[in-house]
Amino acid sequence: MTLLGRTTVNVVIGVSVLYTLLPVMWLLLAATKNVDALFNSDLFGGFSLVENVRNLFEMDKGLYGRWYLNSLLYAVIGAGVSAFISIAAGYAFDKYSFRHKEKLFGLVLAAVMVPQTVLALPLYLMASEAGLVNTFWAVFIPALFNPFGVYLGRIFAQGYVPDEVLEAARIDGAGDLATYFKVAFRMLGPGMVTLFLFQLTTIWNNFFLPMVMLSDQKLYPVSLGLYQWNSSATVSPEYYPVVIMGSLFAVLPLILAFMFLQRFWKAGMTSGAVK
Amino acid sequence: MKGKLACAVLMAPFFLLLVTVFLIPTGTAMWLSFFAADQPGLGFGPESTVFVGLRSYGAVLSDPTFLNSMFTVVLYCLLYIPLMVAGALTLALLLDSGVAKLRGWMQMGLYLPHAVPGIIAALIWLYLYTPGLSPIIDLFAKADVRISFLGIDTVLPSIVNIALWSNLGYNMVIFYAALQAVPREVLEASVVDGAGPVKQALRIKAPLVRGAIVTVGIFTLIWALQLFTEPMLLSQSTPMISARFSPSMYIFDAAFTRNNYGLAAAASVILLAFTVALSYGVTRWTNRKAG
Repeated sequence: MTLLGRTTVNVVIGVSVLYTLLPVMWLLLAATKNVDALFNSDLFGGFSLVENVRNLFEMDKGLYGRWYLNSLLYAVIGAGVSAFISIAAGYAFDKYSFRHKEKLFGLVLAAVMVPQTVLALPLYLMASEAGLVNTFWAVFIPALFNPFGVYLGRIFAQGYVPDEVLEAARIDGAGDLATYFKVAFRMLGPGMVTLFLFQLTTIWNNFFLPMVMLSDQKLYPVSLGLYQWNSSATVSPEYYPVVIMGSLFAVLPLILAFMFLQRFWKAGMTSGAVK
Repeated sequence: MKGKLACAVLMAPFFLLLVTVFLIPTGTAMWLSFFAADQPGLGFGPESTVFVGLRSYGAVLSDPTFLNSMFTVVLYCLLYIPLMVAGALTLALLLDSGVAKLRGWMQMGLYLPHAVPGIIAALIWLYLYTPGLSPIIDLFAKADVRISFLGIDTVLPSIVNIALWSNLGYNMVIFYAALQAVPREVLEASVVDGAGPVKQALRIKAPLVRGAIVTVGIFTLIWALQLFTEPMLLSQSTPMISARFSPSMYIFDAAFTRNNYGLAAAASVILLAFTVALSYGVTRWTNRKAG
């Protein structure tokens, strides 16, 4: 390729990377500044990183710590349970045959299409019927449902668990469930991590359902809490540095998870799309 | 027999969820859309639920604020989806062109925003759109250009930008992976035939990853039609976004601000039908073009 072509390719990619990275850099920089420096766009003045962190965890009697813990509970436990459930169903779809199997699988895929907003009101009414509105469970249970995870689970089972291995275990006299938990499940490990990461992101992002279900601030996840603090910031600007610092903390776990578990998310995304 | 039992045990938890948090709610939404809470005469006595047939649908479809929200989301899709698909595909093709430097790092950088939760992405950009806070607006001001990101004409493109920023890298990775699967012999043959790098990218590579393009397009469409988080957050700071800006916001407003469940349910069913029809239409259309 010509020199001009090479340069153009790298410049376009470089500019795109600046577009994706600069806002995050701004968040990092802004998190170190006090209100005055923020509003004067004073790039290097008004350093108050330590104070901002302290303010974040002291604001409104330490609500942020509460929210953070809630988000971790919703997301980590929820993603773990969800991955476990989805991969078992995906495995069963791949390894067993029964009547109307593909129709049932079609229903699972159709569930991907249904907007959250459509389900929110009925879920709210059901939760209110069951006395679960404004509890941990109202947000936790619906987030376990991941039809796309079943789709991926089926692909993983096809790719990672050879039928011969199951046949061998069967000849050794192992029951089907024992085989799944002792043999197949281990082979599905990487797929399990992928599904865990997917659902971790989804639940950490969850905003609509908590907004519908929760009125007690102490049960909020970080997303909803920051949303509320931002509306306070429009009236009292001392909330701005706190929201910015809170956003930075909220971004960290996912970025860390992705950096350390890179190959797993790549595996999941690509097997989902190329097929 | 034993096998059947194991299969049932493995599937049971998922299908229990499917029924409770998907099938029953979807059914309930449809059921609710045909009923309304009616106050007996003069508003005394207990409220009762009565069958009203298609009345809620009529009310939704003749409500200008709902039609406006549909119009907004369609406009949003028309702006967002082509930009997203073309942008992500271009970046993937450039990264796959063989002359891109630091490929791994660039991919990581492009992907990073996807690890930023939607509400946080919206917060970051909201602050970058806010006069006083935003270094971008300051930069423009230094060049004597006054720019408002939250004005009547700019608010929708501003929302498109947030979505684009969040998802560009994610979709780029999907396209890039699909490009890696293109057989090298095909590419070598095209070079022998005298295709330059640009022609090769557009005529050979892009058509070969059609499957990935359709998948990304449909997922982006389904996701875009649910537009909620970004305008909800931006509405805290600009009067240009009403409480019924998008269909999802309309449903939220009807259900939880106005407590009109019938209206909210009817709007939900319309949004659902619209989503299904569009996804189906796109799939059919692309299949026919392929065949």
